Amino acid sequence: MIEIRVTKRQGAFRLDIDATLPFRGICGLIGPSGSGKSSLFSILAGHDRPDEGVIRADGRTLFDSAAGIDVPPAQRGIGLVFQDGLLFPHLSVRRNLLYGARPGAAARLESLSEALGLSGLLGRRPGRLSGGERQRVAIGRALMAEPRLLLLDEPVSALDPALREDVLGLLETLHAQTGTPMIYISHAPEEIRRLANIVVTLNNGAVADISHHPSPYLRGHTAVPSDMLKAG
Amino acid sequence: MTWGLTELEWQALALSLRSSVLAVLVSLPPALVLGWLLARRRFPGHAMLNAALHLPLVLPPVVTGYLLLLLLGRNGPIGRPMEALFGIRLAFSTTAVVIACAVVSFPLMLRAIRQSAEAADRRLEKAARSLGAGEARIMATVTLPLLAPGILTGMTLAFARSVGEFGATITLAANIPGKTQTLPLALFSVTQTPGADAAAARLCVLSILLAGAALLASESIGRRLTWEPQT
Repeated sequence: MIEIRVTKRQGAFRLDIDATLPFRGICGLIGPSGSGKSSLFSILAGHDRPDEGVIRADGRTLFDSAAGIDVPPAQRGIGLVFQDGLLFPHLSVRRNLLYGARPGAAARLESLSEALGLSGLLGRRPGRLSGGERQRVAIGRALMAEPRLLLLDEPVSALDPALREDVLGLLETLHAQTGTPMIYISHAPEEIRRLANIVVTLNNGAVADISHHPSPYLRGHTAVPSDMLKAG
Repeated sequence: MTWGLTELEWQALALSLRSSVLAVLVSLPPALVLGWLLARRRFPGHAMLNAALHLPLVLPPVVTGYLLLLLLGRNGPIGRPMEALFGIRLAFSTTAVVIACAVVSFPLMLRAIRQSAEAADRRLEKAARSLGAGEARIMATVTLPLLAPGILTGMTLAFARSVGEFGATITLAANIPGKTQTLPLALFSVTQTPGADAAAARLCVLSILLAGAALLASESIGRRLTWEPQT
């Protein structure tokens, strides 16, 4: 389970999240601009500290204000994929992919770069890649670190429709292959409908709704019992 | 004479190159630390420190040299104990040339590093953190490489400024041939000597070549090391 009970005030905006989600499948996090999606992304990643609350993932406490626990981002085991990829511009694709990998990851690099269609691009610098290629490298880089949870912040919003389709298809395939739970943040309902089996809707900094939404891809594979879902 | 230069001219050229390289090397560690601090941290006295560090850029170099002389001279708060405790005379020495060059060129290096640190995308450090990297690894593999163009540009600009340094050097180190006489000082001397037009021309050409080479190097490094935009 992923248990998120946090509050954070940022000027006039107050984020107040209370949700319990299963630690599997793809959870879609949707909401209009200013609903708190990016704030929640930063808090889950460990880049921002909530004012108070608890975050637990698969039994491991990542943040607990009362107990004084705040696990640093490097130790959270959460892989991040940013909207604009954020690849290291001075490193080749190969070195980007290996940045967070454990020693001896050569075989994993080979299979993953093949799955991502990056085998011919390993020697290139990010500045020489197309938008879709960059996002594939970003996804691969996060997965090479073998995260326990993958957090994706609008990873296809900057891509044109054809590339968007490619990357979404790739995420489905990778999820099927690795089984890594994902939280997919987007403001685009069609992406969420396609990928997510659980949809969390944010509005004005709070959870407005949590609903079962088996995607075409997930339907029948990782259906989540409704008693595992809880909105506070 | 070798390559048309007199021994004194060779000495001036060698001293200029040596003191400029040393000035750059001495300035680099504090410029890195202070450039990073000014770009990334806000603290009481931030603006004051920034202004103080940039002062040599706008002060007449003779004023900078005179202030250094007051500090490092035999009766100065630094010069006196240095001579009493270690027997080191800073003013009017070859070391004084390096100090004058370092102080006058420091703001150029600091500025380049600071601007580079401000321009670097800090989210890349967050990305590295999420991949399990600790702060030391992030500094070595992400932050410093991103600052590299600014560091190298700052170093070459500081080198070029040091090679051309005159006012602070003549005030703090004097114009002693073979000891503190750098290329600009040697040029100044020959312009005061009747009938030394050929020597003045040689030193002029040398100065132009050195400054031009440093600027070309700075441009070339800046172009080669600027990471391609990802958008």
